Parts: sequence; structure tokens; C-alpha cells
Amino acid sequence: MKVLMCGNEVLAEASIMAGCRFYAGYPITPQNELPAYMSRRMPEVGGVFIQAESELAAINMVFGASLRGVRAMTSSSSPGISLKQEGISYLAGCELPAVIVNMMRGGPGLGNIAPSQSDYFQATRGGGHGDYRQIVLAPASLQEIVELTMYSFDLADRYRTPVMILGDGILGQMMEPVVLNPESRSSKPGIKKDWILDGCKNRAPRVIKSLFLGEGELERLNQRLQLKYRKIAEEETRSEVLYGDDSTIILVAYGTMSRVSRNVVEGLRKQGKKIGMLRPISLWPFPEKELKILSEKVDKFLVVEMSCGQMVEDVKLGIECKRPVHFYGRSGGGLPTEDEIMRELMTIYSSSLP
Amino acid sequence: MDTIFSKPDSMKDVPTHYCPGCGHGVVHRLICEVVDELGIRESVIGIAPVGCAVIAYDYWDFDVTETAHGRVPAVATGIKRTHPENIVFGYQGDGDLAAIGTAEIIHAANRRENITIVFVNNSLYGMTGGQMAPTTILKQKTATTPLGRDPKREGFPLKVCELLSVLPGVFYAERVALYNPQNVLKAKKAIRKAFQNQIDGSGFSIVEVLSQCPTYLGLSPKDAVKWVEEDMLKEYPLGVFKG
Amino acid sequence: MREDIVFAGFGGQGIMFMGKALSYAAMKKGLFLTWMPSYGAEVRGGTAHSMVIISDSLIASPVVKEPTICAAMNNPSFQKFEAKVKPNGLLIVNRSLVESEPTRKDIDVMEIPATDMAFRLGDPRIANMVVLGALLAKKTILPVESLIDSMKDIIPEGRRGMLSINEEAIKQGYGYGSR
Repeated sequence: MKVLMCGNEVLAEASIMAGCRFYAGYPITPQNELPAYMSRRMPEVGGVFIQAESELAAINMVFGASLRGVRAMTSSSSPGISLKQEGISYLAGCELPAVIVNMMRGGPGLGNIAPSQSDYFQATRGGGHGDYRQIVLAPASLQEIVELTMYSFDLADRYRTPVMILGDGILGQMMEPVVLNPESRSSKPGIKKDWILDGCKNRAPRVIKSLFLGEGELERLNQRLQLKYRKIAEEETRSEVLYGDDSTIILVAYGTMSRVSRNVVEGLRKQGKKIGMLRPISLWPFPEKELKILSEKVDKFLVVEMSCGQMVEDVKLGIECKRPVHFYGRSGGGLPTEDEIMRELMTIYSSSLP
Repeated sequence: MDTIFSKPDSMKDVPTHYCPGCGHGVVHRLICEVVDELGIRESVIGIAPVGCAVIAYDYWDFDVTETAHGRVPAVATGIKRTHPENIVFGYQGDGDLAAIGTAEIIHAANRRENITIVFVNNSLYGMTGGQMAPTTILKQKTATTPLGRDPKREGFPLKVCELLSVLPGVFYAERVALYNPQNVLKAKKAIRKAFQNQIDGSGFSIVEVLSQCPTYLGLSPKDAVKWVEEDMLKEYPLGVFKG
Repeated sequence: MREDIVFAGFGGQGIMFMGKALSYAAMKKGLFLTWMPSYGAEVRGGTAHSMVIISDSLIASPVVKEPTICAAMNNPSFQKFEAKVKPNGLLIVNRSLVESEPTRKDIDVMEIPATDMAFRLGDPRIANMVVLGALLAKKTILPVESLIDSMKDIIPEGRRGMLSINEEAIKQGYGYGSR
């Protein structure tokens, strides 16, 4: 059955369907509907909701719940996510699962509350310190928020790693019909957690830590993490390709911008123009293989973002700079429209005609 | 033959890395004795801070996690709220609790988290080289107050027990010291009470332990203990502030 | 079919709710739709608006820049949105609260004393439903009956007493709009 809820609420309900039983967060626009929903819903399912005193406290409460074996989540928007970076680094170092939601708004600094995609670097490079990666998933619709939220908890547990769901103010605030179907998950929970701290009854005591002072110890941890990240890259990269076989130009966009780009592509296809699209669903791992395949067949790429150009670097790396990569973006609350993208595309398109 | 003294079961049989005369080893042991006496070793989860005691898990023989600097009370909240059957305690130094983690400790206390905090106040930052702590007393020389702490420049010693005791969420706050055997016994009694309170579900308990850091006080272990008794105590009176 | 709709007014006029009501009815009809609020500090300034797009095909961005239909429930919203309505679009003016006179000649303007009508029905807060009824009389996005049917699903349990007055408001608005 279809329901009408805003993206923040859909995400909250999906997390509960995924078995999330701990949520801590601090209010910030445009994600306030999420903690408000959790404060109502968590007690109903026997879970815990805490409005923390800060983002630092919230992510560390998640750290505590996670090391105790509970599926845990926190959410925020850009400035708050900056504060959570310390905790994310510790989660990665201690190999603890957690889901972090970023409904991006304009920056830098306090910026504004308008939708934005300008935390791409922070999310995909790791805004915290150290040699770590976090999985980053970018839903483009409310239905996909349901699917990816449930998937993110499975990934977090399977790989013992923080996972970020990267949305924006539009996805958080908007409503569109959505089916809340717990069966739609990609995998089932039930991974045995034989590493949690629950009191050393009938077993040797355990320690969760990220401090490794012995010679070579930390390097060994980092090497192990890198192996894990390689496995994630091999097995969990997700993307969607539209008209990959016969396009001369490929649009690359994620999240909200992929919605707008899709309409542009479908519109131009109706006019017989050979335009296609790549939509990264996982931003890390980035769909490099798919891009490389496309670069063999395509003349040019156009990256569209609600930022001054961040993902454009990954596209260039993905195709090893073999083809021209153009960029169109708006930032600070600007939302590229279909017309604007179309104009940009047609300029590039006509210059590539013989 | 009767055994009149032995290593607590909860304590690993290894030498500690602490400097001669440091108070941490004593406080570690007191916690282990209490854990054994209360029979909670299999349900306790300890939280180590950032600071000299960061590797407390090398000495405690039960489940322990490490946290980011100052975030002990937040991590404790996440564990205790999801699994109230575990006995959760945080071990924090003066930098961890009273500087970088001030927000976390006040709000955990104010939320009436049913947790136990052992706060070791040695008046300076040991691990990083003897810098000023929020609890450094006036005129005390440290690596970053070479002329002595001047209230016009560095403000005043932060009194954690006094501060927290006004919060309705705090059930128990006591300051103890380690400068002689009688006080060590009192400290153990206080720590035991702070754990018992949690078992009883009474709410937030904190024990502030005045400790000595001979290395960065620049004193012999004996003189460092004397310094706590004669100088530190003037600023930080012992006793029960709440509960 | 595609309509880009803006409902604008001040807090307390049920601006978000009228968007949700129409969205819900559209969902029941199996149409594509998005709803998007104006959010954050902007809301405190006096005017709030919700944006609804209803279409028979996939909707990209839920942001409405150039509404094909706009309902201005008070004077500041009228002043803010009159210029933004798409040429040949429809501007519904709540004459009870909008003092300004429309200046656009290239759009269809429907004036309706919605708040007065609602007041006569017993509650000025249901001016939003009067306007929705009038809107559906002018534009055949969906049958007015499906909006009326939806009301019982979206009015919260505690306010079921409001059901009949809401229905009546929709009907009167529809009647006014059909003239």
C-alpha cells in the first residue's frame, strides 16, 4: 500500500524496519522530521531515542549502542555532519557498524538551509582523520530511501563499518507516494556479532579500541581495513545506466540531480538525440568500472551537481581522463533546472557533431 | 593458611605502565576489588578515556571499550540505555571529563543516566607532558602555565563535584583522595557505593578521586602525595556533595 | 497532464495541509505527485507555501518555480507569487484577505471570498478547503469526489468531528468555482 510521508520520515521508518533500535541526534534543518519521528516511534518498538546535547555526543551514543550490538543510527545536515566526523573516524578505527544520515544543505560555514550536494568530498573522502573509508549511498527517490536505508544497515553489519546515506534538503522534505515494504530489503539481518561487549560471561573479556601502539600493529590494522575496502568496492558498487550503448554524451548525476537529469535525457531521447546517463547509487565505492566501459563508447561526459563541482573529479579519475568531462552545477541553494541542463548539453552536443 | 591479600580476579596479573607513585594503578585496583565484591565482572562494561588511563583494558580483566577524548559519558549512555542489565562505568581524567568532555558529563548527569563515573583529578595533563588542566590549582606551575596559574589569565580551578551536585539528575557525588591508607579505603567505599547505586537503579553517580602525578609535579612520589594533602586539598575539599 | 501548484498563505491557514490533501487524493488516483514545503527560517517570516506537482508521468524535481496554478491565501503571498504564475496559468485569490488587485493580464484569475465563506460555515480555518474545491472546479486534475473521499483518511483521529465541515467547505468551493 502506498503512503504519503516526507523523505525524513520515510528514512526513519525504513530504519526501524531494518531493525534499528537506537537513535541519537541533534536538531538541524532540513532533517528535523527524522528525530521527531524517531522520538514517537522508537518507544513503540522497544527502541531508544535520545536528543543529544550535541552532534559529538549523538555519534558517540551511537558508538556505545553499536559496540553493545544494537543497530544504531544518527542523522544531521551538513554543519552537524562536520561535528560527527571525529566519531565516524573512531567507528571506522574500532570497526563498528553504524548508519549516518546527511540531508545536505548549503555551506561552507552555517551556509543556508537550502538543498545542496556540496558535502560530496567530505562524505567520499572521509571528513575524519586517518586511513579509512565509509560506504556512501545516494538515494534518488523516497522509494529508494526505503531500499537503501535497509541495505545500509546490512552493509554496516556485514563489513563492520560506518555507512552514510547522503540525501539533501529536497529528498528530506519532499513527499511522494512510497511503499513501505519490509520484504523489499536486499538481504536479511541476522549476522552473528561475536565481537560485541555484553559482559564477559562464559567467555574471555573483549576490548574495542582504535589505539595500537605496538610496532607495526596499526599498519596491520590499516592493511586489514584496506582489504575490507577492496572487497566492498568489488561487491557493493551500485549504479544505474540509461542508454549506455549508443550515447554520444553521458550525463553523470546522483540523488536529486539525477531526477532532473533523467527527465532531460528522456526528453532528448524523444527528439532522437543520443544522450544517456550514469547514476552512481554508491558514491563510495564509486562506479569506476561502469564509467570505464562507458568511456570506450562515449564522446563526452557532463557532470551535473548541486555544488561547485566535486563528483566531477571522480568521473575524471574513473575514465582516466580519456574523454572530455564537462561540468554544470549550482550551489548555495541553486537547483539546476531541466532547461539549464538542456542548454548546457546542447552546447556540448552541437560542438561534438562532425 | 589464610590469604589476607591477593590480586582481584578482575585485575590482570601484569605490571602497569604508570610512573612510580602514580595514582591510576591504585584506582584501577579499587575498581577491580569492587567489581569482584559486587559479583558484576560478567556484566560490567568499562569505558577507558583518552589520557594516561587509555589502556586501562590492559589491566582490567572484563569487557572494556575505548572512546574519543571526552566522550565517555555519551558512549556510556548508548550502552546503558540499550542494555540496562549491563553495569556501565566510565573512567575519566581531568582533561577528558572537565575540559573537552564538559558538555557530555553535564548532560549525561542531567539526563539522570544510570551510570557510574570514576573521575581521576590529578591537576594536570599527564599523557601529553604536564600541561594545565581545568583543575590545575592557582599558582601551580605546569608546562603551559610556566609562571603559575593566574586567574586573570587562566581562570579558576574547575570544581566538578560542586558543579554537578546542583543537578537534580545527580544521585551521588563524592570527592575522595589517595594520600594515605585511610583515604584509600574511603575511596574504595565511595566507588563501591557508586556502583551499588547503579545496580539499584538510583541514577548518576560520580566519584572524584584526587590523585598525584609525581612526574609532572616534579616531585618524588612521597612529596607528590604530600602535595595533594597539603595544597590540592585546600582547593578541593573532600566529602559527599550529594547523596 | 501536469500541473505545478503553489499554495501560499500564513501559518495557521492550513497551507501545508491543503497541499497534502490534494496530494493524497492524487495518490489514490494512481497519479505521480510530489509535495514539498517551504521550510526553516523562511516559514517564520509570515508566508509559508507548499508546492505540489501532479502528473501522469515521472516527476523530476519537486520544486515549483513557475506554477501553473497558484492559490494566494493572503496579501503577502499574493504579492510574492502573482508575478511567478506561468502565462495562461491560474491564480486563485482569497478575496477575503487579499487587498491588492491583480495586474497580470496573461493569466486566469479566480477571486473567491474563501475566508468569509469558511466563516459562515463556522470555522475560518477551512478556507483552505473552500479554495481546493474551487480549484478542482476550474481544473480537472481529479474529480472533486476523490478529494472528499480522501478527507476521512487524512484528518487525524482526534479531529474526525471536522470531517463534515471540511466536506461542506470543499462542496461550496466547488460550487463557487463552477459558476
